[in-house]
Amino acid sequence: MKIDRRKFLKAAGVSALASLGGKGAWEILDPGAVDAAEHGGHGHDKAKESGPKTRWAMLVDMRAMTEEKADKIREVCDFAHNIPHWDDPERELKWIWKEEYEHVFPSSYNEYISDDIKAMPFMLLCNHCDEPPCVRVCPVQATFRRPDGLVAQDYHRCIGCRFCMGACPYGSRSFNWFSAKVALEKEEGRKINKEFPVRTRGVVEKCNFCVERISLGKQPACVEACPDVMHFGNLADSESEIRKILRKRMSLRRKLELGTHPMVFYLV
Amino acid sequence: MYDSGKVIAGLVVFAALFLCPFLYNHGSMTAQPKPSLDTPAIKKLAAKRCVEDREFMVAHHMQFLNEWRDEALRNGNRWYRNKAGEKYLISLQNSCLKCHSNKKEFCDKCHVYAGVKPYCWDCHIDPNGSKL
Ligand code: HEC
Ligand code: HEC
Ligand code: HEC
Repeated sequence: MKIDRRKFLKAAGVSALASLGGKGAWEILDPGAVDAAEHGGHGHDKAKESGPKTRWAMLVDMRAMTEEKADKIREVCDFAHNIPHWDDPERELKWIWKEEYEHVFPSSYNEYISDDIKAMPFMLLCNHCDEPPCVRVCPVQATFRRPDGLVAQDYHRCIGCRFCMGACPYGSRSFNWFSAKVALEKEEGRKINKEFPVRTRGVVEKCNFCVERISLGKQPACVEACPDVMHFGNLADSESEIRKILRKRMSLRRKLELGTHPMVFYLV
Repeated sequence: MYDSGKVIAGLVVFAALFLCPFLYNHGSMTAQPKPSLDTPAIKKLAAKRCVEDREFMVAHHMQFLNEWRDEALRNGNRWYRNKAGEKYLISLQNSCLKCHSNKKEFCDKCHVYAGVKPYCWDCHIDPNGSKL
């Protein structure tokens, strides 16, 4: 049988359309939309359901935040996890980083909001979502959600496909384009944390809520550095310090409309 | 017999060439590695014991490390209880290499001999090494 170009293109078009129908296609185009619709609206955070006893969450107090503290937090985190610095912003590795209001809440951007808030250095980090899109797309389960809600990254399994980077609506994940060891050695006067590994070229990394510290009963490094700005605690415990703060203060979360249930709260 | 001189000379050259790699390696092959246990942390131990018994560690430390890795990262448990009921921190850098702080004289001694290159050190740091 001979197929000419016209026939081939027609057949390809029809099969592409057919494969786009159904729930699968919606899942790819708009992850969580189907489930959210089934549960009605944005649903509830898992922390409030009867389930887990522990649900880790972070509060960032923007009233107490200053440029100096923001820089200190970045520095402490970079040291704790041996994160090298690149000159090229496209290749930057960032676990916690500074961003302006405009880029933090793009979908609920309010141009008339007070100038104070517009000028604030918001600290962004992995939101450790209850419905993490990165976990859905990871083909090797290198990233997974722990029962205590932490979205963990297993560097031993990561194959560097970067699906998770595409899936994360918060830009919380960075890819290692170069050897971190070489970069760290080149940085003048750079101190190395000999208790934590580095990562190789070809794996994705992100904030881990300092799992290596909290599993030993310590607070995350950023909280230890600036305890007046960063608050870490158990959201599932209604008497926890962070729940008490949340009852009193106005808080914002990033891109709530996506239904990912982010666990980083900004107190304004 | 024709040309017996040439044939024998050829055979001698062949035998010499064939045997030279064996002769060359003779001696160096027999030097069994003796991993050194001479570290400050081990000196301080009351009982000179590893996490599990010596035979188990020699034979199974590779699988054992994988189990530690999964226990810490995937099950979220950073403490290991051995068969004798003692508790150890689960960590390659902060536990194994705390006691075996002489990686060059210990881990590397065996691994060079056996020709294994664990890729762990692409990321994990020898806390006592000068290089990353
Ligand atoms: C509490 C200190 C301590 C820790 C922690 C420790 N070791 Fe040991 N290790 C020892 C001592 C002491 C010996 C000698 C035991 C003996 O001779 O019976 C030893 C022996 C060994 C041996 C056998 C060496 C030989 O004699 O041939 C291996 C292999 C080994 N350890 C690997 C490891 C690994 C891998 C880890 C981490 C999972 C580890 N060790 C953690 C103290 C420790
Ligand atoms: C008694 C000798 C000996 C000592 C001491 C020793 N190893 Fe090994 N190790 C071996 C041998 C032999 C192999 C290869 C086993 C195989 O391939 O079946 C191996 C393999 C490994 C592997 C797996 C490598 C791979 O590519 O699969 C790891 C990881 C490892 N060792 C870690 C360590 C660490 C960490 C230490 C020091 C704390 C250590 N070993 C000390 C003999 C030793
Ligand atoms: C791509 C980089 C990378 C490679 C390669 C790698 N690791 Fe890791 N490993 C890490 C990181 C990052 C952690 C996370 C540390 C944490 O959360 O405390 C870790 C944690 C671990 C842990 C548990 C926590 C701790 O403090 O040690 C073990 C055990 C471990 N790795 C063993 C290994 C072994 C054995 C190998 C080699 C066979 C290996 N790793 C290779 C990056 C790596």
